[in-house]
Amino acid sequence: MPQHTSRFTSRRGLLFGTAAVGAGALLAGCTSNDSSDDEPAANDQPAAAESSGKPVTIGFAGPQADHGWLNAINDNAKNRAKKYSDVTLEITEGSNDTAQQIGQIETLINKKVDVLVVLPADGKALTQVGLKAMRAGIPVVNLDRIFNTPQAYRCWIGGDNYGMGLNAGHYIGEKLKGKSNAKVIELAGLDNLELTKQRTKGFDDALKNYPNVRKVARQAAEFTVESGQAKMAQLLQAQSSFDAVWNHDDDQGVGALRAIDQAGRDDFLMVGGAGALSAFQAIKQDNGVLKATVLYPPTMAASAIDLARALGQSKGISGLSEFEIPASLTLYSAVVDKTNVDQYMSTGFK
Amino acid sequence: MTQHVSPPRGSADKVPPASESFAWRGVFARADVRTLSLLGVLAVLILIGGITKPDEFLDTRNLQLVLTQASVIGVVTVGMTFVITSGGIDLSVGAIVALASVWATTVATQEYGFAGILFTAVIVGVGCGLVNGLLIAYGGMVPFIATLAMLASARGLALQITDGRTQIVSIDSVLDLGERDAYVLGIPPLVLVFAVVTIIGWLVLNRTTFGRRTVAVGGNAEAARLAGIDVRRQRLYLYLLSGLCCGIAAFLLIILSGSGQNTNGNLYELDAIAAAIIGGTLLSGGRGTITGSVLGVLIFTTITNIFALNNLQSDVQQIAKGAIIVAAVLVQRRTASTT
Repeated sequence: MPQHTSRFTSRRGLLFGTAAVGAGALLAGCTSNDSSDDEPAANDQPAAAESSGKPVTIGFAGPQADHGWLNAINDNAKNRAKKYSDVTLEITEGSNDTAQQIGQIETLINKKVDVLVVLPADGKALTQVGLKAMRAGIPVVNLDRIFNTPQAYRCWIGGDNYGMGLNAGHYIGEKLKGKSNAKVIELAGLDNLELTKQRTKGFDDALKNYPNVRKVARQAAEFTVESGQAKMAQLLQAQSSFDAVWNHDDDQGVGALRAIDQAGRDDFLMVGGAGALSAFQAIKQDNGVLKATVLYPPTMAASAIDLARALGQSKGISGLSEFEIPASLTLYSAVVDKTNVDQYMSTGFK
Repeated sequence: MTQHVSPPRGSADKVPPASESFAWRGVFARADVRTLSLLGVLAVLILIGGITKPDEFLDTRNLQLVLTQASVIGVVTVGMTFVITSGGIDLSVGAIVALASVWATTVATQEYGFAGILFTAVIVGVGCGLVNGLLIAYGGMVPFIATLAMLASARGLALQITDGRTQIVSIDSVLDLGERDAYVLGIPPLVLVFAVVTIIGWLVLNRTTFGRRTVAVGGNAEAARLAGIDVRRQRLYLYLLSGLCCGIAAFLLIILSGSGQNTNGNLYELDAIAAAIIGGTLLSGGRGTITGSVLGVLIFTTITNIFALNNLQSDVQQIAKGAIIVAAVLVQRRTASTT
């Protein structure tokens, strides 16, 4: 068991103390000695790789990895934690159920981990438990889906959904620059997610810079291959001709590309989203409509572990003049096309 | 369609008035009023589609598309119709489709080829159906609970097998079946499979002892038992049949999407039940119609198609879909009771 830092112990913490020690010892015994069987790609060096410092126990609570990108998030977090000899990762079973995830985070609080990394299934719904952790003296690194109030986290790190749309829109706009009355369609992700709306907003804002380009259709899919195929097949039928399509997600893009292949269409260019390995490979081969994808890098989970370790050891980030880690970090949604795909290939997730 | 064994069921069984066209009226009087009203709903939808998007909607390619998209859920619905007719329910169909598709595509990545994928998908489907059937028929479990348990565990297993990853199929002989040059007389292979399953399903339900027994078990299981029907074995076979349909549907989905994913078949159970109920199959058992179920599936798929062609967003689509379910059932009740 990691030692309990007494300065963080609150009244609430003491109340849970007895149970927490018991449960903690049991769970730590089950989870902390995972041996590394699949090593990640070689080129990712930890940010603060200098000498190992004070031991830090990081609690990680993520959503259920039922999707390629979320699975990559978990892999990135686990693999990065293994690289640090001074980091113990306490990981809970992922869940898409808000109530269940709250329970899991409370368990981690009771176990008195030093730092929490939380990727909430729903940021707004998990704000309260984030506050609870902070009040218990456990700093929270909020990963990707943001809590309602900055009081609920010490540091936020995540992707830029608006930027994804913006960069996809600019890429398409530039490609269609010489074309009059260019038509663009959008295959969005799950419409009941805030991030989908942000991606669409960014895309629309970027297209405003190109008066010759008009968005003629938008359909929302469900981030699955099946829905990607079905919705894309419909869009292709609805639009007899268009010049470009932006698809929010590379997983549903597998289905979308299948629908395009089945319809025998190749009279437009496609831009994907997220950064799946299959998308990178298709871009590199350059024998289909997929010409680029805008990143939403799952490597942010590895960076979150770096930040959590730095927090636990009261360090800043090497290379910056600050003594503390930043309050928020937004990743850049780079456009990956044929010119730079090799550089990103190793980050592609399956 | 005629009912063979089921006991009288109130107003729907009114004797048609005697006249010279008695035989003709007999055909349309009872069950087929429902079929006709469903055809009416479908005709209205086609009219709406034709008016709003004449060029895109009334295109051969669009017809092929609608039928292709209906095939996967359609095959599942045929199996579901049998189960509901017998007074049961199968909540696990979507999860079985997911498990069968990911298991079959796991085999695919190990390069067992076309036969390996088909065989695995069907075996996994039948295997899950067998477990459902044994639990319900011989374990004495309520179908709702047994298939709910299967739903949870099959989805869990599917997630475990894939680890959340999308398993892409790269076997050409499988993928080619989804391509346009595989169409037979303009009909996509998936639609042919759907048609064959529908015809076999109709024949089995309406023209065989197995079908009569299914209706009898659903109408009154105790009476069926006293009449000498092995009710338990019948139930086992019915869930096997549903599982088999799920396995076939999983294979079709692999052809269609070129991959296996643990999220496949999401909410298929509700779509299949809704289509069967709209089609006129009684949720309490004792009456089932394959024609109605297939029309129900086609109505759903056509709605989705018309909405997508008119670029309506998914929130509008969902509201309208709910409204049309209500409207279809109300229209059907009215036409059925006023005949």
